Amino acid sequence: MSNVLLDVRNLRTEFVTQDGVVHAVNGVTFQVDEGETLGLVGESGSGKSVSMLTVMRLIPMPPGRIPSGEVVFQGQDLLKLSTEEMRQVRGNKVAMVFQDPMTSLNPVLTIGTQITEALELHMGMNKDQARKRAVELLKMVNIPEAERRLDDYPHQFSGGMRQRVMIAMGLSCSPQLLIADEPTTALDVTIQAQITDIVKRLKHELGMAIIWITHDLGVIAGLADRINVMYSGYIVETAHTKELFANPLHPYTVGLLGSIPRLDQGKKEKLTPIEGLPPDLVNLPTGCPFYDRCTFRTQKCLEENPPLMSVGVKHWSACWNYEAVREKRDEILRRTVAPPVAA
Amino acid sequence: MTTPVQTPDATSALPPTQTDANNQALLQVRGLKKYFPITQGILFQKKVADVKAVDGVSFDVHPGETLGLVGESGCGKSTTGRTILQLYRPTEGQVIFRGKDLAQLKSEDLRKMRSDMQMIFQDPYASLNPRMTVGDIVAEPLEVHNIVKGKEKKERVQELLQIVGLNPYFINRYPHEFSGGQRQRIGIARALAVNPDFIVCDEPISALDVSIQAQIINLLEELQERFGLTYLFIAHDLSVVRHISDRVAVMYLGKIVELTDSKALYENPLHPYTRALLSAVPIPDPLIEEKRERIILVGDVPSPVNPPKGCRFHTRCPLAIPICKEVAPEWRDVGNGHFVECHVV
Repeated sequence: MSNVLLDVRNLRTEFVTQDGVVHAVNGVTFQVDEGETLGLVGESGSGKSVSMLTVMRLIPMPPGRIPSGEVVFQGQDLLKLSTEEMRQVRGNKVAMVFQDPMTSLNPVLTIGTQITEALELHMGMNKDQARKRAVELLKMVNIPEAERRLDDYPHQFSGGMRQRVMIAMGLSCSPQLLIADEPTTALDVTIQAQITDIVKRLKHELGMAIIWITHDLGVIAGLADRINVMYSGYIVETAHTKELFANPLHPYTVGLLGSIPRLDQGKKEKLTPIEGLPPDLVNLPTGCPFYDRCTFRTQKCLEENPPLMSVGVKHWSACWNYEAVREKRDEILRRTVAPPVAA
Repeated sequence: MTTPVQTPDATSALPPTQTDANNQALLQVRGLKKYFPITQGILFQKKVADVKAVDGVSFDVHPGETLGLVGESGCGKSTTGRTILQLYRPTEGQVIFRGKDLAQLKSEDLRKMRSDMQMIFQDPYASLNPRMTVGDIVAEPLEVHNIVKGKEKKERVQELLQIVGLNPYFINRYPHEFSGGQRQRIGIARALAVNPDFIVCDEPISALDVSIQAQIINLLEELQERFGLTYLFIAHDLSVVRHISDRVAVMYLGKIVELTDSKALYENPLHPYTRALLSAVPIPDPLIEEKRERIILVGDVPSPVNPPKGCRFHTRCPLAIPICKEVAPEWRDVGNGHFVECHVV
């Protein structure tokens, strides 16, 4: 597409705990282009949030540590910046919206104070300018009576409204990259639809790149240009959205798609769950981390962890047996006719 | 097993509801209301208002079926489930289970009835006592209802664990040693221990990861077939409810606004709220998502303390007409057991 905005290379994050070292992120490499929406999909413990917190340098150290990796944002390795330099980037060029709008706002400050803080800090605005901009931002995320509501406290807002305030805060300094960590997971579907609608519109208007972390394949299908599927701290498959849904080539992605009931499918035969549990991140297997739960496993999978291999046009899968997956997945996905592969 | 409690003929003198012609419902809920008081004052608390969590719902549950109850948070779906099981005593209305009105039963009779009705809770982390072993947790209902004792009890517990797909040797372990999905299985084993006919499943999979959700859904379906269970399945996820339910009731602000079989609800939704709710559910397919038209509702759900006059949905309804603000619509049958509460459709 266009210029690379964020280039993450071989990033690892570990946490030293009493039970041993937790390998949360195990060497992920990916890029985000300017104006692109990247979906990061995975279950709890797959490392999707931790990898993004590492990018934002929000991992507490200790117990956290980053044994390797580069996070190049606009030519600068964020991991090499000093705390003060990083503070200039965070909330300014790269902003993050967190999952839980109930706990990520400060309950004793008005939301006006919380939004204008970043504006005064990063944009050098005075109080009046910042307040004016804050009203604009709240209007942008469709909060009615924005002017009056600036003086309200977080508890006076509903969950959906708080998440909008969070998005407004994230957007306050017009970041080039917005990282949204499950921003709609705590919300009801009708409110979720409102929020995704707003984000799509703003992305179009502001032209920023978005990394959208989620476990919900449905939400991401309508939002992302490209998707990284994560499992046990590895990216196991990456492709353009349409390609990934039409042509999944990792057993885990196929398993995820097979285990969710779909609104447009009736009460049919059984779902195909992924049996078993994800591996313990303290004692990761030497082979493929998905081995225990995989229906396509072979001896090689036990011995050697597969790297990401090119399996199609801009499509990579970390599976030795992706050809077998290609043959058998339609059966698992209960598809009668395979959908056409998008160009 | 208990002395029959005198209840006036339960179904007469009630507003007409969706009773089937052959009326063989296992459970009939009639005009059920649950208000929670809001009080003020420290020493002399006086009631200043009510949270009208459930405000007059009526429906039947037939033996062997799964009735889905969907709605957004705060619509009263969990309260409905709990009020049916008399975990909350209803403010008004009847809950007729096998011809007996549970709302009239005294505590001892009710306790005996509980062996026929059980509940599976949402949060597998909060609904198991962390100080009890799995064996004790699953055995507790057996003891309370005096079903089996001694060695037999242990065998029964092990059998139950096996039924829900857990290793029977786990009986001496504690809940914290299990993952979320396994804990939910323990909760299911506990519910099954007394051989119930009717189980209220209150968001049993919402707290679980996607790949684990399917395991639990499949388990619930298997158990239903094997033991002839009847479920009231409460959830906010419409895709899951469509998958598991025979019929679905949609709740909004303490009322059921639409009830029909799940195929009709998804293919021919009539109530504007149901339509908006369905259109908001994302479908994991980018090609379909591209073409879908969303009905985006404005605003939030109003407070159940002061629900809007007239139709409760009129403040957010895209189809509202003047009458909606004044008169509450009636619950009516539009054919084939499809019930809806709306002036417009």
